[in-house]
Amino acid sequence: MSNIPANLKYSKSHEWILEEDGVFTIGLTDYAQSALGDIVFINLPEEGDDVTAGEAFADVESVKAVSDVFSPVTGSITAVNEALLDDPAQINEAPYEAWLIKVGQVSDTEELLDAEGYEAVVAAEEA
Amino acid sequence: MKLLFERSRSGRGSTLLPACDVPAVSYDQGLLRAKTPHLPEIAEVDLGRHYTELAKQTHGVNDGFYPLGSCTMKYNPRVNEEAAAQPGFTQLHPLQPLETVQGALEVLYTAEKLLCEITGMDGMSFQPAAGAHGEYTGLLLIRKYHQSRGDSARTKILVPDAAHGTNPASATMAGFDVVSIPSNPQGGVDLEALRKAAGPDTAGLMLTNPNTLGLFDANILEITQIVHDAGGLCYYDGANLNAVMGQVRPGDMGFDCVHLNLHKTFSTPHGGGGPGSGPVGCKALLEPFLPTPRVKEENGAYSLYTPAQTMGQVRSFYGNFLVVVKALTYILTLGKQGIPAASAGAVLNANYLMKQLLGHYDMSHEGLCMHEFVMTLQGLAHDTGVTAMDVAKRLLDFGIHPPTMYFPLIVHEALMVEPTETESPETLDQAAQVFLDILAEAKSDPESLHHAPLHCPVGRPDEVTAARSPILRYTFDD
Repeated sequence: MSNIPANLKYSKSHEWILEEDGVFTIGLTDYAQSALGDIVFINLPEEGDDVTAGEAFADVESVKAVSDVFSPVTGSITAVNEALLDDPAQINEAPYEAWLIKVGQVSDTEELLDAEGYEAVVAAEEA
Repeated sequence: MKLLFERSRSGRGSTLLPACDVPAVSYDQGLLRAKTPHLPEIAEVDLGRHYTELAKQTHGVNDGFYPLGSCTMKYNPRVNEEAAAQPGFTQLHPLQPLETVQGALEVLYTAEKLLCEITGMDGMSFQPAAGAHGEYTGLLLIRKYHQSRGDSARTKILVPDAAHGTNPASATMAGFDVVSIPSNPQGGVDLEALRKAAGPDTAGLMLTNPNTLGLFDANILEITQIVHDAGGLCYYDGANLNAVMGQVRPGDMGFDCVHLNLHKTFSTPHGGGGPGSGPVGCKALLEPFLPTPRVKEENGAYSLYTPAQTMGQVRSFYGNFLVVVKALTYILTLGKQGIPAASAGAVLNANYLMKQLLGHYDMSHEGLCMHEFVMTLQGLAHDTGVTAMDVAKRLLDFGIHPPTMYFPLIVHEALMVEPTETESPETLDQAAQVFLDILAEAKSDPESLHHAPLHCPVGRPDEVTAARSPILRYTFDD
């Protein structure tokens, strides 16, 4: 059973979102990291880059595969967690601490799920 | 086992060069390296044993069943090697006068004509060195085409989510934006999503048919029509041509260009066994943009020419020429009856093996497959903890190369099995039995499978550490 904190919002493509004062912090969920397996490499965008809801902004490589990470929001990147570049294993170890990017000037978001809604998405994928 | 550098002993070795019989030349000392390079010093007998020991730790098509999905690890007939080893081919210099290499040009010309017939294309270039290189070249054809019409708005390439990972990568390398098209429940392209995505910014579509699920998309004519109606071009990824060669032609499905993997479909060695060859074929409308040089024939004489609006060269000279010799040998050996018989055999073998596993292993999709099938071990992993990785590793203990794992990405715990036409019913029966035995083990003793292979020279390499902290060179003491 994967860990789905109640205080966060989620996307169907397995990103978690924390909104604080108009800034959206985005990371990969516990289910995502466990489905990916050991992450060995991550490609991150740069501060100041724009992201678009539903479009990929990063990719993660595990020993299984390379996967896109999709942005749940449209906006401008205000911070990037560059520590992950050297140590992507943090995503496996503490997925809800290892945030990927922070996005400001958000003009659009895709449909965000609460913990309960996301739990249903995970349950459907595991079925 | 020891590395060559670890076997090296100072002063040991084999004298391979004769004594110098010309005056010594002195170099500018500034150009010379300060220290001699670390070359291994080793006797020929020990060198031979080193490579034999390495070979014993590997698995090739000569060792056993090799059902690596999407890779078409078919048997490579020895007659191909015989043809390619002719001194008239091996001793050529690429800049020799044309009148002295007429035979080599005839090989390229004949192979082009035959492969164009098989694919339904009008022209072909053998320059691309392998599949992804061919994809890239094909995309450059599409780009040149739109550019030549002053149509600069077409920046997007549509790629189904079942595609080989090289498709989006090649499109990105060629400067396009990639739009992923979802699959429908039957495993084919979602037509509604394709209609929505296709438009004035569509440069083209990249498609493999049959796709990576081993399914032939019966909507193919509608798919290519949708893209053409939007003004885009259609690119056929030839990775899975082995399922349909001689049966149906990409050109007749509506594709404008195609790459082939001679090293898969046309039986030349790959996977460490030799260089690839990824020729790109196209319809007449793209021919002016093909790489230079091309071969033409007039009154029995072959010569080279540069297409009118060529993209230039994508590789030196004529591509991996000897691979083309082997592929041509294969085509001429099989002939017009043998080519469709080979693809029919590939599809028959895949279905024969799938049928034996059906009801025991879960298939990604119901019904008949083409040349390969995809199993999902998600249920097994859920019930027993035994993953696709564990089953794949256990197969090694039985002398079977694992199928492709964890691909396509849209299938969880995927194992993709492609037996190819060159395997006998006995081999397939034996492989089916091994798959079933492993399934029984997964249920009775799942823990032991996490440690498989148990009887191979190498067990489970630490893939995570190898990827995170790779050691890419030997460190010498001094």
